[in-house]
Amino acid sequence: MATAHEGAQHPIRVYLLIWALLFVFSAFSYMVDYLHLQGMLRWSLILLFMFLKAGFIVAVFMHMKWERLALKLAILVPPLCLLVLIGLMAIEGDYTFLTRGTAFSPEAAPAGHAEHGGQ
Amino acid sequence: MHTPMAVEVPTHPIESSGAVAGLPGVSADFAADKQAFPVPWGKAMMWIFLLSDTFIFTCFLTAYMHVRMSTTVPWPNPSEVFALSLGGEPIPLILIAIMTFILISSSGTMAMAVNYGYRRNRARTASLMLVTAGFGATFVGMQAFEWTKLIVDEGIRPWGNPLGAEQFGASFFMITGFHGMHVSAGVVYLVIVALKVWRGDYERAGGNYEIVEIAGLYWHFVDLVWVFIFAFFYLW
Repeated sequence: MATAHEGAQHPIRVYLLIWALLFVFSAFSYMVDYLHLQGMLRWSLILLFMFLKAGFIVAVFMHMKWERLALKLAILVPPLCLLVLIGLMAIEGDYTFLTRGTAFSPEAAPAGHAEHGGQ
Repeated sequence: MHTPMAVEVPTHPIESSGAVAGLPGVSADFAADKQAFPVPWGKAMMWIFLLSDTFIFTCFLTAYMHVRMSTTVPWPNPSEVFALSLGGEPIPLILIAIMTFILISSSGTMAMAVNYGYRRNRARTASLMLVTAGFGATFVGMQAFEWTKLIVDEGIRPWGNPLGAEQFGASFFMITGFHGMHVSAGVVYLVIVALKVWRGDYERAGGNYEIVEIAGLYWHFVDLVWVFIFAFFYLW
């Protein structure tokens, strides 16, 4: 088992610790909703706890931390191009919203079309 | 680690470069022992599969982002839609919170199963995997309950709902449905591997427990996707 990474032989304590951390972060993100936090504070806290949880799952549970750099790069870099997709779709979504606002508003639409909203 | 394979002497036509020509050359090239990642091939392939799955789920979540941004009708408040009345008082999002904790716990037991697999502790590996599968089945069961409540009681359909934006149902059923399908497949996968561990199949094959780690990768990924769904669909 020479090539099986050292990570496989970590004490169980490591996993229990990460497990506990994930519980705490999940509880925190639930509290964000429970306490009705709104606006930027809500969104940044949701993202913060999400990335912390995702990071710990990938790094420790999936043993990515102990893999070689070549594998890390091959798996973690390609998803970055999804950021382009997300960015493009955000711009597009914004534009569609504005278009619907002008084209389907009660003043702009002919009678009878307004209550259907955007189709 | 890597057992040397018996190499058959090629009887196919040879090009001037010394490589096998034609269609046999294609299979010879793809089967050649050129390894980029010094990890078991099964593990590398599982990672590649998970990478492609990442793209699928991101496409779903991006589509959801797009319809939610572009709708002119108010989005139903997930905090209220997924509230559950326990003892009279509605508690926001409580079912989803419990499902989240169940899936995280299943990831914890799976990580421990992988660890005991490498220690070649058969009984503990198999039983921890079965516990993981049990958590997974519980999760799917709760999801079935959630779907039933939404479809039967609240009248939410993929093409519309009485609460607000029509796209809510389409996004919800597609994203959680696809995730639930992954969890169900994972439960079957885990049970099969756990039974093989229990039976001693991998012990007879030279004590190679990589398959436990590979199954574990898939399972942790399912948990990972839920982290994003929980954040973007239920909390946002």
